[in-house]
Amino acid sequence: MSAAALIERDFAVPDIRCAGCIAKLEQGLVRDRRIAAARVNFTEKRVHLSYTPETGMPDLIGAFSNLGFEAHPIGAGPDEADAEAETSRELLRAVAVSGFAMMNIMLLSVSVWSGAEGATRDLFHWLSAAIALPTVSYAGRPFFRSAWRALRHGRTNMDVPISIGVALVCAISLYETATSGPHAYFDGAAMLLFFLLCGRWLDSVMRDRARGGVTALLRNMGTGAMVVGEDGCSRWVDATALEPSMVMLVAAGERLAADGVVMGGTSQLDLSLLTGESAPQSVGPNHRVHAGTLNLDAPIRVRVMAAGGDTAIADIARLMGEAAQGKSRYVRIADRAARLYAPAVHCLALMAFAGWMIAGAGWHHSLLIAAAVLIITCPCALGLAVPAVQIVAAGELMRAGVLIKDGSALERLAEVDRALIDKTGTLTLGRPEATGLDRFDVGVKSLILALSQASRHPLSEALTRGLQASDVRPVSVASIRETPGFGIEALWGDHVVTLGRPQDAVLGDALATELSVDGRSVATIRFADRLRPDAAEAVEALGRQGIESMILSGDRASAVAPVARELGLTAQTGMSPQDKLAAIDRQVALGHKVLMIGDGLNDGPALAAGYASMAPGSASDVGKNAADCIFLGDRMMPVVQTVHMARRTQAFVRQNFMLAIGYNMIAVPLAFLGFVTPLVAAIAMSGSSLIVVGNALRLKRAIR
Amino acid sequence: MNGLVFLIPIALGLGLLGLAAFFWSLRKGQFDDLDGAALRIFVEDEEGRES
Repeated sequence: MSAAALIERDFAVPDIRCAGCIAKLEQGLVRDRRIAAARVNFTEKRVHLSYTPETGMPDLIGAFSNLGFEAHPIGAGPDEADAEAETSRELLRAVAVSGFAMMNIMLLSVSVWSGAEGATRDLFHWLSAAIALPTVSYAGRPFFRSAWRALRHGRTNMDVPISIGVALVCAISLYETATSGPHAYFDGAAMLLFFLLCGRWLDSVMRDRARGGVTALLRNMGTGAMVVGEDGCSRWVDATALEPSMVMLVAAGERLAADGVVMGGTSQLDLSLLTGESAPQSVGPNHRVHAGTLNLDAPIRVRVMAAGGDTAIADIARLMGEAAQGKSRYVRIADRAARLYAPAVHCLALMAFAGWMIAGAGWHHSLLIAAAVLIITCPCALGLAVPAVQIVAAGELMRAGVLIKDGSALERLAEVDRALIDKTGTLTLGRPEATGLDRFDVGVKSLILALSQASRHPLSEALTRGLQASDVRPVSVASIRETPGFGIEALWGDHVVTLGRPQDAVLGDALATELSVDGRSVATIRFADRLRPDAAEAVEALGRQGIESMILSGDRASAVAPVARELGLTAQTGMSPQDKLAAIDRQVALGHKVLMIGDGLNDGPALAAGYASMAPGSASDVGKNAADCIFLGDRMMPVVQTVHMARRTQAFVRQNFMLAIGYNMIAVPLAFLGFVTPLVAAIAMSGSSLIVVGNALRLKRAIR
Repeated sequence: MNGLVFLIPIALGLGLLGLAAFFWSLRKGQFDDLDGAALRIFVEDEEGRES
C-alpha cells in the first residue's frame, strides 16, 4: 500500500453524538485494511477518511454501517475546495493581526497619554506607525475591496466611510508623526479595524456553522446507483457519472439517482418528495420514473434516460434559478443604514473642515478635526450592531433545532406576514406511520416486531419504530428470509409466519401489510402519513403573530381536505411547481411578504421565490438547499419560534442602532469642537462597541 | 530611555510570539473541532483494551 496513492474524502455522519461514537468510528473504521486513517470532526459531524483507490463507495458506506452509522459522502470530488470556510479563516487571521496590532499600539499610546514627550513621544509614534501601517494594509483589505467594488458600481455601502476614514486617519497621523505633532490616531485606526473585523468574522462564522449543519443533513449529494454492466457485473457509479442507457439496479428502500424507464420488476414508488403526492405509485416495465423518488417494494432495473431539458428535475432546476433572482435583490439592513449614514458622515466631516477653516484655524488643524469627526463617527458600533445580535439569535435557534443559513434570512423572516405551507412532509411527517397498532394484543405485536426488525424495508422500519416506542419486546424467531416484493418469512416454533403484502387486493393502493401464521391472516396493518404532532398548535400560534397560513399542495384534493379541515386552513391542491410560484406571485402582488414552508423537490422553486423560506430536516436536498432555514425533528413549533426570534432579533438590531446613534449624538459635537483627542476616541470606540455587544447578549435564552 | 531599547522589543516580541502561536494552531487545525476536543478525553486508546 503506497501512501501517496491514498484518496481523501469527507463523509457526513449525522449520528455522531458522544465520545463513544468518536472512539467507535476512529478505531473501528481503520480495522478495514483499505482505510488508512479516519478522523472524526465532532462539531461538523463529519469523518475524514484516507483510503486506497480501489475501495468503492459501497465498501466505505458498508464500513460505516457495520459500525451502526449512516454515512453520506460530501461533495462530488475527493477534495473539493471549501471556499467559504477559507474566507472565514482569512477573516480570523485578519482579526488576530489587528488584535495584536491594537494591543501593542495601545501599549505605546498609553505611555504617550501618560505624558511621554519630545523624542520619546516621536519614537512611540514612529513605532505605532510601523505596526499600524502594515496591519491596515493587511487586515483592512476586506473593507477596501468591498468599498472599491461598491464605488465602481456607483453605489455606497458601510465599507466606504470605513475605508476613507481609516485611510485618512493613517495619512494624517503619519503627517503628525513626521512633524512631531502631539496627536497620532494609529491606535484608533487599528482598534476600529479590530472591532469591525470581529463583526465580519461573526457574520461569516454564523454562515459556516449553518452550512456545516446543512451539509451534514444532505443525503442525496454524492449518491449514485449500482449499475449493471454488459458483462452482468454490477458496480457503483456516482450520480454525476451516470450516463444515458446505463442500467441501474434500484433496491427497495433506495432513492433513484436519475430519471429513467423501468426495464424489469414491478414495485411501488413513493413520489412524495417529487410531487407532494402521498399515495405510492405502482410502476412496472416501460413506466417512466424520476430521480428523487423512493423505491418502496421490490428491486427494479431502470434504464437511465438522457438528462434532457424535459426531465422533471431539469425543469425544477430552471424554475429555481429564475425564482432565486428575486431574493438576491434584498438589501441587508446594515447596507440600508449605510446608504443614509455614509453621506451624513462625509458631510459632517466636510462641514467640520470648512467650519474650522472659516474660523481661521489653518488647514492642518481643520483637517485634524475633520479626521477626528470621521473616526468618532466611523460605524464601529454600527458594524457590530447587526452581526452580534444575529449570531446570538442563530446560536439560540440552533439549540432549539433550527439552522439559519445567514443573517439576511433572519431579517427577512422578521417581516413575513403570510405563510404558504406544503402538506406532504411539511404539515405531515412525510413518512408512513403504522396506524391502529394498539388494536393488537401483545403477542401479535411482539411477533410483528420480530419480523419487521429484520428488514430495512421502509414499512418494516415504520413498524419497528412504532412498536419499539410502545415498549414491545420481540419474540424469538428462526430462519428469517426476506423475499423482495413480498415480505419476510420466518419460523416461530413450528409455525411459518409471514409479514408482507396483503393477499386480498381490496385494500387497493393504500399502504398496508399483513401478518399471517401458517398462511392464515392474523392482522392487517395500515399505514398513513400523520400530521406533525403540534401542527395545529403551530398554525394557530402563527395566526396569533399576525401570519395567516394557507396550504399549497401537489397532492389530490381528497388527500388534502382532511388535513385542511383539521387545521382550519384554506388549501389549493394538485399544484405543479409553476402553480406554486404563481400562488406566491399573487400574494406578493397583494403586498404580502410570503414565508414558504415546504420540503419536496417540487417546492424548490417556491422556496427560492418566497420572501423567506423554511424546510424540515426531512426535506429533499433541493428543498434544504433552497430554504433559508431548516428545522429539525418532528415538531412544527420551531417554525413559530423562529419567526418570533427573528422579530426579537430585529427589535434588538434597532435598539443597537439607536444606541450607536445616541452615542454619535454625544460624540460628534465633541469632535466638532475639537475635544476628541486619541484618548477620547479610543474610550468612546471601545465603550460603544462593548455596550452594543452586551445588549446583543441579552437575547440569550429568549426562546423560553 | 535606555530601558526602552530592551523593553519595547521584548513587548513586541512577546506579542508576535502569541500571534505566531495562534497562526500555527490555526493551521494545525486546532480550532476545527472545538466540541470534539472536549470529548476526546473520554476516548480510550486502542492498545491496552481487549475487544
